[in-house]
Amino acid sequence: MAATLAEKIVGLHAKRRVKAGDFVLVSVDKAALQDTTGPLAVKQFNELGFKRVKNPKDCFIFLDHCAPCPTKEQANDHIVLRNFAGKQGVRIHEVGEGVIHQLLLERYLKPGDVVVGSDSHTCMGGALGCFATGMGSTDVAVAMALGKTWLRVPEAIDFHMTGRLKKGVHAKDVILYILGLLGSDGASYKSMEFSGSFAGNLPVEERAVMSNMAVEAGAKCGIFPSDKNTKKFLKEMDRGKDFVEIKPGCEEDYEKTLSFDVSRLEPMVALPHTVDNVKPVSDRACRNIKVDQVFLGSCTNGRLADLEIAAKILKGKKVHKNVRLIVVPASRKVYLDGMQKGILKTLVEAGAAVQNPGCGPCLGIHQGALGDNEVCVATSNRNFKGRMGNPKSEIILASPATAAASALKGVLTDPREVL
Amino acid sequence: MLKGKAHVFRDNVSTDLIVPGRYSHLRSNLAELAKHALEDADPEFSKKACKGDFVVGGLNFGLGSSREHAPIVIKMNGISAVIAKSFARIFYRNCINVGLPAVICDTSKIKNGDVLELDLKAGRLKDLTQNFELNFSPLPKVMRTILEDGGLVEHIKKHKDFKL
Repeated sequence: MAATLAEKIVGLHAKRRVKAGDFVLVSVDKAALQDTTGPLAVKQFNELGFKRVKNPKDCFIFLDHCAPCPTKEQANDHIVLRNFAGKQGVRIHEVGEGVIHQLLLERYLKPGDVVVGSDSHTCMGGALGCFATGMGSTDVAVAMALGKTWLRVPEAIDFHMTGRLKKGVHAKDVILYILGLLGSDGASYKSMEFSGSFAGNLPVEERAVMSNMAVEAGAKCGIFPSDKNTKKFLKEMDRGKDFVEIKPGCEEDYEKTLSFDVSRLEPMVALPHTVDNVKPVSDRACRNIKVDQVFLGSCTNGRLADLEIAAKILKGKKVHKNVRLIVVPASRKVYLDGMQKGILKTLVEAGAAVQNPGCGPCLGIHQGALGDNEVCVATSNRNFKGRMGNPKSEIILASPATAAASALKGVLTDPREVL
Repeated sequence: MLKGKAHVFRDNVSTDLIVPGRYSHLRSNLAELAKHALEDADPEFSKKACKGDFVVGGLNFGLGSSREHAPIVIKMNGISAVIAKSFARIFYRNCINVGLPAVICDTSKIKNGDVLELDLKAGRLKDLTQNFELNFSPLPKVMRTILEDGGLVEHIKKHKDFKL
């Protein structure tokens, strides 16, 4: 059947052939809550009048956004979630286990799943060939109660990518380039789907960077085909049996195709205060920008490969005296692997403050708020005004390589200068 | 028919501006959280908003996080509808789910403080201050059904299932 990845997966869950623009009810394979949107979902669930979660083994709760809790109010919210999980038999992931999207990727999602989460970056599940999308608390509460949700089948844009990245250029630079091209609403309501030899060769850990940020172009999901690299990742997670192949559709299935060669890309950054204010880091606008804080982590770029890139740049060196480097592994597995491989040791020796797995300072709740007029180079996904706790501060989004180079030099730095 | 004053905002108002992360500890205390609604876009918004007023945005209103608290606190400030040139997907769906009408039309000419009259059924918005009229397409049927039931919780309570 010729169809986009989104149409194929949604069709299987609607039990009929679907096309873009259709409104359908679909079964939900996995539903997830995190700790800043979960308490509202529990409240709504209780109001719905359903006693039990429909499929408790396919529902998951993650304590990651404010973990450990900075205030008693948030600690009480965590109690609400622990009580709900206990009562309903839903698996809860404690403080320090990691970020919702990373744990879903490592442990639970299977190619072809329909996944809803009360967090906008749920779209990261597209890295494993899932139709994964972020929703509000009530939508996820209803999905937990009924095991289904409604969807409008999205039109799809095919990003056909060929070539190989130059040294110092990473998946983050590719998605930032795309965001600069499309704008922050350039894929609104649509499915971003990735194809071509570059997409095919990209490991799942790096596909995750691109799927994660699909929502920053307004997209409903960001899906890679499920292929040999998907199989490899699942095997590494001891989940080889979860593999299912999912092939993309033909060009005519897509609303449009954007083709480009990644080998001509440079390291990119998103300057304040929008994700689409994208420039090559070599641009004049990026010169002499003093950096106060560097955040290496988040669901976007807190995986082992990301920490390793930074460690290579910082090995045997010291972070600039005016910079604080905050490192947050995305999961406990990343944390342990990083310890075992000596990556965290290298980063700590260079002057990094390593924090527990979780969301860290990404969304301004705790663990690294910015002072007035301070600048942070962050590997996370949003640089909106006030995002990291202070509307008078500035956030620049970058790859782990650019972040590490900037930590070393104390100014926004092209990583190719230090490689 | 809904009638009230326009509170006009620019393009790309993110949910971080509507409900800043630094108030995350108030998310289970909605009455207190509502006092900070849109604070980083207009620090006086919560004091100025009156029952029946409208929030008027530009392009891509509500982009960013899935926090449903964003439309909830706007609604709790008495706002009867959000009107914008375009909405971010999750925010749009959340508005309908919490029973807050979200209207897509060209808001370029509407000025802060204009008195507006909104007829959701007819798909018509009148700017009574400047004396012009705008038309808009009705919501898709699925969303109209949820909104007319008073939001998603009420819809499910009523039907014990989706009935769309």
